[in-house]
Amino acid sequence: MNIITEKREQIIKSGALQQVLAFASLILLVLIFSLSSSNFFQFSNIVGILLSTAVIGVLALGSTFVIITGGIDLSVGTVMTLSAVMTGVFITFFGLPVPLGILGGMLTGAFCGMLSGLSIAKMNIPPFIATLAMMMIAKGLALVISGTKPIYFAEETGFSQISQGSIIGDIIPGFKIPNAVLIFFVVAIIGAIILSKTIIGRYNFAIGSNEEATRLSGVNVHFWKVMIYTITGTFTGIAGILMASRLNSAQPALGMGYELEAIAAVVIGGTSLSGGKGTIIGTVIGALIMSVLTNGLRILSVPQEWQTVVVGFVIILAVYGDILRRKKSV
Amino acid sequence: MSEILVTMDGIDKSFPGVRALIDCKFELRAGEVHALVGENGAGKSTMMKVLTGVYQKDAGHIRVKGQEVHIANTKVAQDMGISIIHQELNLAADLTIAQNIYIGREPRKFLNLFLDEREINEQTIQLFKRFNLPSMDPRTLVSELTVAKQQMVEIAKALSFDAQVLIMDEPTATLSDAEINDLFQIIQQLRNNGVGIVYISHRMNELKQITDRITVMRDGGYVDTVDTAAITIDQIISMMVGREIYQSSKKLKIDDSLPNVLEVRHLNRGRAIKDISFDLKKGEILGFAGLVGAGRTEVARAIFGADRIDSGELFVNGKSVVINSPYQAVKYGIGYLSEDRKHYGCMVDMDVKMNIAVASFQSFTNGMGWVNEKKMTQVSNEVVEKLKVKTPSIHQEVKFLSGGNQQKVVIGKWLTRDCEILIFDEPTRGIDIGAKSEIYKLLNDLVEQGKSIIMISSELPEVLRMSHRIAVMCEGRITGILHRDEATQESIMSLATQRGA
Repeated sequence: MNIITEKREQIIKSGALQQVLAFASLILLVLIFSLSSSNFFQFSNIVGILLSTAVIGVLALGSTFVIITGGIDLSVGTVMTLSAVMTGVFITFFGLPVPLGILGGMLTGAFCGMLSGLSIAKMNIPPFIATLAMMMIAKGLALVISGTKPIYFAEETGFSQISQGSIIGDIIPGFKIPNAVLIFFVVAIIGAIILSKTIIGRYNFAIGSNEEATRLSGVNVHFWKVMIYTITGTFTGIAGILMASRLNSAQPALGMGYELEAIAAVVIGGTSLSGGKGTIIGTVIGALIMSVLTNGLRILSVPQEWQTVVVGFVIILAVYGDILRRKKSV
Repeated sequence: MSEILVTMDGIDKSFPGVRALIDCKFELRAGEVHALVGENGAGKSTMMKVLTGVYQKDAGHIRVKGQEVHIANTKVAQDMGISIIHQELNLAADLTIAQNIYIGREPRKFLNLFLDEREINEQTIQLFKRFNLPSMDPRTLVSELTVAKQQMVEIAKALSFDAQVLIMDEPTATLSDAEINDLFQIIQQLRNNGVGIVYISHRMNELKQITDRITVMRDGGYVDTVDTAAITIDQIISMMVGREIYQSSKKLKIDDSLPNVLEVRHLNRGRAIKDISFDLKKGEILGFAGLVGAGRTEVARAIFGADRIDSGELFVNGKSVVINSPYQAVKYGIGYLSEDRKHYGCMVDMDVKMNIAVASFQSFTNGMGWVNEKKMTQVSNEVVEKLKVKTPSIHQEVKFLSGGNQQKVVIGKWLTRDCEILIFDEPTRGIDIGAKSEIYKLLNDLVEQGKSIIMISSELPEVLRMSHRIAVMCEGRITGILHRDEATQESIMSLATQRGA
């Protein structure tokens, strides 16, 4: 009996309730849209939703790390674009093999993240400003390097297969789930492992919960912050590759505004912007809620402008629900 | 005899768990400087906060010029002509002198739509003239003034409310000797103008110099009110500390032959730390006594690498070391327990386990960065058991624990890290009596195991009871290091109030 109540308290406190609530809202949304329109709960539409979640989802997964430290990364949108452009440069211009190009794209993201991390940790620049600057630097560089023109990938490289192919469809015929979706879930699992099982994840929460106390515990906070921003950057690089592969081209003008959608997904998923609280599964659900909402409203023929308005209100609702829950638990 | 401005009588004030004021009284006449003295926590500030409407008294009477009054908030106090000048000045640095003085009641013009800068500056000049304050350009930005000048602005601001009662909380704490003389001249002027001044200070020699009467408070109670001319500084000090001292029954042994684990030489940092040198022996508790603001916490943070230092040398176990960050300090086996547990000690939103493990994650992690959850749980459970932390489980968030148990968790953090030198900053602040004695026992156990402890404490009985030796600080300097046998409350207090040359 005692153990059960204790377990229950633990669940409430660990924020698991928030995920249950978020998951319930996701199911509720799916139910409402399914009942409203027969077109919604179709295999092809569900796959479409998942596919449209993949890029924003991976960006949001990366952002989860910095947001748990109490920081923010505004540069993920344009760094994603820069990573895509660099991948294009490596594969199309330099003729490097696809795997090396992918590695180059990921390293580009990681490098940008590391630079943001260094300016935040070593130069003491607030994360908002440092990543705002990185957002502009990456945007500019993407345009400069590409010569403001899209870089196309040759069909024979098979680069487009990274997003558009379907390994699952090859194994189970008829179950053609694109690789992008598979990659999104694999990246989510890797993210969850880093966050919950490794020392980086532990310091991530410690810094977010009380950075000064963590520093005074003899933790090299500067080093770990740089590491965390680098992880976010790496995830951003992966998102860039997914994006480029899906369009079979690197579009240097894209990317602005993605960072805000990513942050929205993280917040809907129950991660606190003040740091110290958050989960990967929450972010996955948050990203799914955003795309289900957009997709469902579109099927119901709600104009796109109004879809954005609805998403705005959903963010308010999600965060207010979280605040109410926190008040209760204290 | 001059008119009585304020009478406070039978004042009681309680906060949850503490009786801050018990049947206290205070009286202020027009044209007198009346000192209010007592140790930290004696209730001086609470008493003045009751008078200025920050707190509401639970019982008692306040009379202003013979009229019984109810001071509901600070505005009411201000309207009655009661003003306070805090130790930390409350000025907007980016506004001018005049703008600061008349903030919230600026003169306007043109249908009250525009501020009248000329009028505000003129009023300020008049104000300074009326009270014979040194003239300053009212358009000067406050950020360009010295602390002494800023204080002058605060005084002028108080006087602009037609203040008849002026409370000054440690006004000389940050002033140079020349500036103090200027301030005293102004206080004399105000006294001649019939203003009553409440003067709170820890500096005994100043009391003799400037005050007419002295009221002593101790442990939230009223002790006595005396004429300054009729009493010596030693008598005041013994009135301030005159409570029973509870000694530990066990005699601590002091062994001068033990090796030094930490040697500090000529540590300097700005105005806060001035040429600090001392040794810490293996297995001893070195107490750090002094008044609040004497620089003890600053010394601890400097040794621990939390703040940078201007100059100085550190030796750990005889070897010269450079410590620029807490990360390095911990590597040399130095742990620091902050006085402010909530902000610098623990992560209140995290569970007990996380808080115990945070300084030692590396030892719970394999080469791949994988955290060994099992080992962490096991160690945390052991610590909780050993220190008798009262918590339902190691998964309880620390914010739900009592102060004493939070402190034990922080101690557990450093035990897990196995530091040889521990710096405890006010280890029993905000902790109830029962938990206090448990913490004391824990400290004694630690030194018996050969650890060395620096214990900063503002509670004299605690310092006397626990320490093998006691370093006393005043204004950034060590004014003396006393052996346990020669230390008394009186000898510590007189070192703690000994201002440097």
